[in-house]
Amino acid sequence: MVFTRYVEVGRVALVNFGPDSGKIATIVDVVDQNKCLIDGPTTGVARQIIPYKRLALTDIKVEVGRGAKAAALKKAWTTAGAQEKWDGSSWAKKLSSKKTRKGLSDFQRFKVMVARKQKSQAVKKEMKKLKA
Amino acid sequence: MTVAGPMKQYQVVGRKAPTADFPNPEAYRMIIFAPNQTIAKSKFWYSMHQFRKMKKTTGEILDVNEIVEKTPAQVKTFGIWLRYDSRSGTHNMYREFRDVRLTGAVTQLYDEMAGRHRTRPRSIQIIRTGIVATADVKRANTLQFVGKNTKFPLPHRVASAKRGTKALSSRTFVTNRPTTMFR
Repeated sequence: MVFTRYVEVGRVALVNFGPDSGKIATIVDVVDQNKCLIDGPTTGVARQIIPYKRLALTDIKVEVGRGAKAAALKKAWTTAGAQEKWDGSSWAKKLSSKKTRKGLSDFQRFKVMVARKQKSQAVKKEMKKLKA
Repeated sequence: MTVAGPMKQYQVVGRKAPTADFPNPEAYRMIIFAPNQTIAKSKFWYSMHQFRKMKKTTGEILDVNEIVEKTPAQVKTFGIWLRYDSRSGTHNMYREFRDVRLTGAVTQLYDEMAGRHRTRPRSIQIIRTGIVATADVKRANTLQFVGKNTKFPLPHRVASAKRGTKALSSRTFVTNRPTTMFR
């Protein structure tokens, strides 16, 4: 299997553990085999050293130099359209739908269940028509 | 020094207590790495009594200041020269660590000396520290990460244990195979 996502300067990664969990940030510098420096001036992630264990690399890359400052990163972030790319990815959509599902009340979950039943019924009906 | 943990950098100034014969003794300044001020003062006296004829009971501390990193937003390579006592002798050593803070590099040093050489904090003496320019990096491991095109994948990732749950790899029975390969 060929790798497509690398730890490198400019790689956008999702933080999946700790206080910034769920936010995305950019790798600005590689510290060593265990950790890197990330910054997310537009995503609310403070500049910090973070271990790779807390990161999930994404397909998105931003054109920045090593150790780029927040202002330069902000500019590159908008030029690359990183936020739009992330929001448009199925990964981000799944995460946000998971979040809304988690916030639902019992009755709202019931409504989802009913809606799903109705949807599958409608699909089955159409399928039967097509088969006939 | 008995404990390591996150280190801080202190500037300790001390001198012999003034007497009638010597009303104005010379003051000495020392940069010391220690987890807190109390240990910094203790390390000051430990080093000082080896160089000059003075000790805690006949001296006084004039000032203890914490030194904070000037550029905590920038990753640097720190070179550390040290002396340590192993089980069989005393050795000099030079090591490189990458971090945003010198104190972070020193903390890494104490942890690594414990791990690789079973060295206790009390038997480590830091001789000199400095920022190493990219061209002057000596150690192969550091060289890997200072290059212009540092780039590597994260192959075979095993999710570590979270609070309350064991890692998938260390559970006795699981109903699904762990995924370790990501792009």
